Amino acid sequence: MTQGGGLSIRNVGKVYDPEGINVVALQDFSFDVSPGEFCVVVGPSGCGKTTLLNIIAGFDTLTAGEISMDGSVLTAPGKRLSPGADRMVVFQHGALFPWKTVLWNVTCGPVLQGRFSRTTAEAQARQLLSRTGLQGIEEQYPGELSSGMRRRVELVRALMNDPKVLLLDEPFRALDALTRGVMHEHLLELYDLARKTVFFITHDLEEAIFLADRVVVMTTRPGRLKKVIKIDLPRPRDHRVLTTARYGALEEEVLEAVQEEARKAFETGERELA
Amino acid sequence: MVLGFALVLAAWHLMTAVLEVPMFKKITPPAVVLREWFKPDPFFGVSVYTPLYYSHIAYSVYRAYTAFALAVLLGVPLGILIGWNRTFREFTFPLVETLRPIPPLAWVPLAILMLPGTEPPVIFVTFIAAFFATVLNTLLGVQSIDRSYFRAAECLGFTRRDILVHVVVPGAMPHVFIGLQIAMGLSWVALVAGEMIAGKRGLGYMIYDAYSMVQIPTIIMGMLTLGLLGYFSSALVRYVGRRLMAWRAF
Amino acid sequence: MRLAAWSRGLRRAATSAALWRGLAGIGLFLVVWEAASLVKLPFLRHVPAPHIVLQSVVETIQTSAYWSAVYISAKRVAMGYVIGVLLGVPIGLAFGVSRLFKDTFFPVFETLRPIPPLAWVPLSILFWPTMEMTVVSVIFLGSFFTVVINVLGGVETLDIRYVRAAVSMGATSWQVFWKVVVPATSPSIFIGAAIAMGLTWEIVVAAEMVSSIGSGQTGLGAMMWQAYVGGVIPLIITAMISIGLAGLLFSALIWQIGAYATRWRRVT
Repeated sequence: MTQGGGLSIRNVGKVYDPEGINVVALQDFSFDVSPGEFCVVVGPSGCGKTTLLNIIAGFDTLTAGEISMDGSVLTAPGKRLSPGADRMVVFQHGALFPWKTVLWNVTCGPVLQGRFSRTTAEAQARQLLSRTGLQGIEEQYPGELSSGMRRRVELVRALMNDPKVLLLDEPFRALDALTRGVMHEHLLELYDLARKTVFFITHDLEEAIFLADRVVVMTTRPGRLKKVIKIDLPRPRDHRVLTTARYGALEEEVLEAVQEEARKAFETGERELA
Repeated sequence: MVLGFALVLAAWHLMTAVLEVPMFKKITPPAVVLREWFKPDPFFGVSVYTPLYYSHIAYSVYRAYTAFALAVLLGVPLGILIGWNRTFREFTFPLVETLRPIPPLAWVPLAILMLPGTEPPVIFVTFIAAFFATVLNTLLGVQSIDRSYFRAAECLGFTRRDILVHVVVPGAMPHVFIGLQIAMGLSWVALVAGEMIAGKRGLGYMIYDAYSMVQIPTIIMGMLTLGLLGYFSSALVRYVGRRLMAWRAF
Repeated sequence: MRLAAWSRGLRRAATSAALWRGLAGIGLFLVVWEAASLVKLPFLRHVPAPHIVLQSVVETIQTSAYWSAVYISAKRVAMGYVIGVLLGVPIGLAFGVSRLFKDTFFPVFETLRPIPPLAWVPLSILFWPTMEMTVVSVIFLGSFFTVVINVLGGVETLDIRYVRAAVSMGATSWQVFWKVVVPATSPSIFIGAAIAMGLTWEIVVAAEMVSSIGSGQTGLGAMMWQAYVGGVIPLIITAMISIGLAGLLFSALIWQIGAYATRWRRVT
């Protein structure tokens, strides 16, 4: 497994033009993600974090600046970027194909890309599924699973494609708090196994600090870099770290940075665009 | 539920046999209809025991289902294409929407002029009714597929063909089947009208013929048979849909 | 203020590729039709070329007989439709709101619903004293069943939490009905009304074609049928286009009324 997946985000800007009104979603955003780093972006609703993720994923384009991965330019104004398995996305409301079995969902990427035969892929999938405690559900449909299990399957699907960067768009937002807590530990277990670069978006501060190596705080619209906070909590982490003093101090630091932006967003009535 | 039917039947009986309300004068009471329907040797020539009854049913069913099958074979692919491919949609959708408001029955004279024989025009008119409903609901089905599925497919390296086969078609299925149920219902509506005007044999024709010969029990028999067939046909489509979409059962 | 948005929209439409492509599609259809007509394909032996149809259209819309036919059909549609809506909405709401009512009468309703409106024609002729009433009653049936089903659907998909919120604020059953159920169901009511309107035009054609004899009043459907019988084929197509257009316009009208009445829906 080649390491890589370092992202270089330079002066990225994004301007929308719905119905003739200029909306500046991102402005002069610059940031670097080291290979294998777990990076979490927080900010109030509508601040542009999802837009940034979409641009890296290839679902959207930027209007200024440049994003590179491992030295080569991914996208710039005029350079369209296609979504790809090197930047796998896990979606907010889940995008497991409900009309296919778990096994099909997990293996479809490598099989359809022609990288593995169906039998090889299925064997690998079964292995990975049982390593994450999901054995026995291969022939079930997503509709039969609990939402927590669905998210886990989706993570396995993403990892099966051996991405360089994992893009997670508020993946646990739709889960209840208890399940979410368990998912966090689970995600970190997977992360420790694979050490992929992770680009994670959320507006839940506890989630951000618990998971991240670094937390990036964004301003409200137009989205700019407000503050970067290094999370020096030791790995591997479990829920007990949430009651340590160091965690408390970090939480204070992040909260102060975010609260100001949250208040601004609240007052101007910002909300997420699509 | 039984109470409802009983009340309606009672009201019918009341109006016709007992009170003899003037407007209901020509309508036969339910008892007479039922007797006629199940008589081995019916007064007017049609009952559950006569082959003629089943001949009419067979013709109607053959026409309705043939037209429906054609509508599905042509309508679903077209609907998928229009829903999925923006350029194609921009060229063809306005044309479809211009032709769609023309009532299927308004096609009857033209159909008779264009197509040979007696069967094709009736089937064509029925087909038109089912076709547009199918196309519309199919394209709606495609457009209602959550964008995330397409994005996930792109990340996973699906080709356009993969997306069509593994995302678009299965994703649109629920809506397609709703459309098919509607199309089936519309087929029967158009069919009856077509048969009344241009057919020989078939339930629509049976009703019209009975009307011209003042055989009222037969009219009512025809109507109720149509109701039953229509209901059964829609249920059949629903059943097939449920089987094909096992993943929705949870 | 509204005008500025309109003119912006208009300008945008005029320069949009989609619009020109759509016109191209229709244009291509007409060209193929014209060509096939000239080549005298057996299929289209009796179908006149577009330019002949155009001629017929231009001539016909100048006759008073045409507009009288339009008026007659429109009148029948309007009457049958309105009665269908006036009866359909309350019954649909009743089905949705009252378990007892639904359990008792819905099976009967569902048994009668698949019977094509046209199959009701002979019986209706026997039943109603005048032909006009027959036609209107058949139209009524068409719109009635559609409206009921759509309204019922609207009530059943109503979020129960709205009702609970109202009740917890002390609303009586009547208040809940009028202030919560009816407004929340109104989008479905209007969708049902628009669909029913489209259906109604289809039925009026059929009803008129079947019962055009003895009615004395010639609507568009009857006019089309007479054109067929008389062999005036361009007129048939003119009538077809007219009926289609009328259906479209009336449906669009209902849509607009619905959109206006439910303007609280302009969310996200």
